[in-house]
Amino acid sequence: MPAAVGERYLIESPEPLVGALLLAGYRVIGPQAGDGAIVYDEIEAAGALPRGLTDEQSGGHYRLKDGDPDRWFDYVVGPQSIKKYLFPAHQKLWSATRTPDGFDISPAGDDYPKTAFFGMRACEIAAMEIQDKVFDNGQFADSGYGRRRANSLIVAVQCARSAETCFCASMNTGPRAQSGFDIALTELDEGGFLVECGSEAGASILGGLDLAGALDGDWEAALDVTRNAAAMQTRRMVGNVAEVLREHLDHPRWDEVADRCLSCANCTLACPTCFCSDVEDVTDLSGDHAERWRTWDSCFSLDFSYIHGGAVRPSTKSRYRQWMTHKLSSWHDQFGSSGCVGCGRCIAWCPVGIDITEEAAAIAAPLDVTGE
Amino acid sequence: MEALANDPMLPRRYRVLRTWSELSDVRTMELQPVDGSTVSFQPGQFNMLYAFGVGEVAISISGDAADESKIVHTTRSVGAVSKALNSVADGDVIGVRGPFGTAWPVVEEKGRHVVFVAGGLGLAPLRPAIYHVLNNRQDYAGMTLVYGARSPQDLLYPYELQAWKARFDTNVQVTVDHAAPGWSGQVGVVTTSLDRALAGVDGAEVSAFVCGPEIMMRFTVSSLKALGVTEDRIWVSMERNMKCAIGFCGHCQFGPDFICRDGPVFRHDKVSRLIVKREI
Ligand SMILES: Cc1cc2nc3c(=O)[nH]c(=O)nc-3n(C[C@H](O)[C@H](O)[C@H](O)COP(=O)(O)OP(=O)(O)OC[C@H]3O[C@@H](n4cnc5c(N)ncnc54)[C@H](O)[C@@H]3O)c2cc1C
Ligand code: SF4
Ligand code: SF4
Ligand code: FES
Repeated sequence: MPAAVGERYLIESPEPLVGALLLAGYRVIGPQAGDGAIVYDEIEAAGALPRGLTDEQSGGHYRLKDGDPDRWFDYVVGPQSIKKYLFPAHQKLWSATRTPDGFDISPAGDDYPKTAFFGMRACEIAAMEIQDKVFDNGQFADSGYGRRRANSLIVAVQCARSAETCFCASMNTGPRAQSGFDIALTELDEGGFLVECGSEAGASILGGLDLAGALDGDWEAALDVTRNAAAMQTRRMVGNVAEVLREHLDHPRWDEVADRCLSCANCTLACPTCFCSDVEDVTDLSGDHAERWRTWDSCFSLDFSYIHGGAVRPSTKSRYRQWMTHKLSSWHDQFGSSGCVGCGRCIAWCPVGIDITEEAAAIAAPLDVTGE
Repeated sequence: MEALANDPMLPRRYRVLRTWSELSDVRTMELQPVDGSTVSFQPGQFNMLYAFGVGEVAISISGDAADESKIVHTTRSVGAVSKALNSVADGDVIGVRGPFGTAWPVVEEKGRHVVFVAGGLGLAPLRPAIYHVLNNRQDYAGMTLVYGARSPQDLLYPYELQAWKARFDTNVQVTVDHAAPGWSGQVGVVTTSLDRALAGVDGAEVSAFVCGPEIMMRFTVSSLKALGVTEDRIWVSMERNMKCAIGFCGHCQFGPDFICRDGPVFRHDKVSRLIVKREI
């Protein structure tokens, strides 16, 4: 049956959808179990999806474990996000060759095939939309990012459960993705999936499938799924955090968290919105061929703020403060939204379990001036 | 490939017309686009200069914006890239991206008494604004330049300083931290010279442009405020690590601002909240 944008359908299993994407020539990137965690990689069939697995996450802790063998998507986000595809960790920008008359520069193309991201969660779509604004800031646009993004199809999975580290509900980014997808699936409690068609590209894929129309009751059941996921969330971000952090740059809590923070940069690497980068200039042995590469960087490294004479932020305290105030406060000034989508990755993947929601709450709490 | 060729991350080739030494570790170079196009920039803006195979750094434009035939940069050798840039020879080709960033609002401040306060190499980013005021001197109520350097040997553009000083329509004060034999000028910090230069001037008529080490700028702004100059008539140029100059790399952040896009020139009241904090 032909599918239409804004319509809802039912399907039994995600298998034919993965098949239709492959048939339409998409490279399909989806969740898989690898290295003891859910990671993103290319999949050749729905069989590669980590069906039956679930995860256990808390501060500094992540573990995959067996869940209901029939459930397809009972895990949430792992350490990676699709950031690694749209904004590669190591990317050639251009190369230059010496000539008798100086040198020539040619831009690096990239061979990014038409790609479908399968199984993206609401918070990941929100993170991607945040990076869209970073890499097209109104004055300058990263043409490579723009090309990759335009060549991507988003198949969302609406979350049926939250991890202990999730707090998207308080960031208004999830657990239900309202937009930003081409196709969205909700795994229903009774089995089967409710399918939302979000775009013409999504409609053209869905049109090739054996779909049944969804009834109002099915849609209610789908909404219940994400409502339940939201109700499971125990963490939340304090409400006025942008203002609180702006006004409390000298709060004693910064010293306290700096005592625990290892300045390891795990949080920034796992974060789906962190966009900072460094450049590397390399030459071959002859010295006649040079390249410029862009690599992920982190505001937690000492070199990050280096200017001649020394780093501007030598202390861990100033680096943690930069990271957190950027995410939750100055991001609003720069891009008109928070830089945090509440995915909880920085909490689970911090080796010492530092929790951004707890730190924000501590800074927001009235100071105990009695010194007790 | 059209879109790629216009990519803001791709340097354009510029030929070195001429270079010369200014100070023991400072050189100036004149550049022209290899493709023959003209150059235009606003005083206070900077370029990202690329030395083949070594790297790219932010360097302010130090020439006259009225001259569209070439672009001028003055660079101090401090590390790998600046050293490589300072070892180019006439005729060599380097990569240039830019111009980037905000400008000294010299045009907007027409009619005012313009006060330039420079420390060390900070004179280089101010020079295009100084040229503009001197070229259009009749448009301004006054022109004062207070310049401080470590020692007489560290004074940048000494011949120009003399020429500017010799004009009857300028007030140019030069001071050094440490005198040397033969130095008969002022010795001391710029703020002392600034107080002297502005004695009898109504601070309300002053628009001030300040560039130098952060600590020098902080003291200068205090002095200016004490002289009655309001914060919305003071501009400073900020410096941070820069890897992209286009708002992508995140390195140059200063609170809400990207110094590469929202700066480097800021009206002081925009940055005064954070400039007094440490390790921002
Ligand atoms: C807006 C702006 C304008 C500038 N204008 C001038 C100028 O007109 N003349 C001049 O001599 N210098 C200027 N600088 C400083 C110049 O960019 C640094 O001296 C240069 O980056 C040092 O690079 P390096 O590799 O030689 O030295 P290293 O000390 O080895 O630096 C290593 C790397 O750190 C970064 N870095 C180090 N110091 C600075 C710095 N001060 N600012 C930004 N990044 C830095 C660079 O990426 C550099 O490649 C300016 C800086 C900024 C931000
Ligand atoms: S700051 Fe932490 S919770 Fe927020 S988006 Fe980044 S990784 Fe997720
Ligand atoms: S907050 Fe945690 S993950 Fe982030 S740098 Fe500090 S120790 Fe590493
Ligand atoms: S220099 Fe990269 S964001 Fe400003």
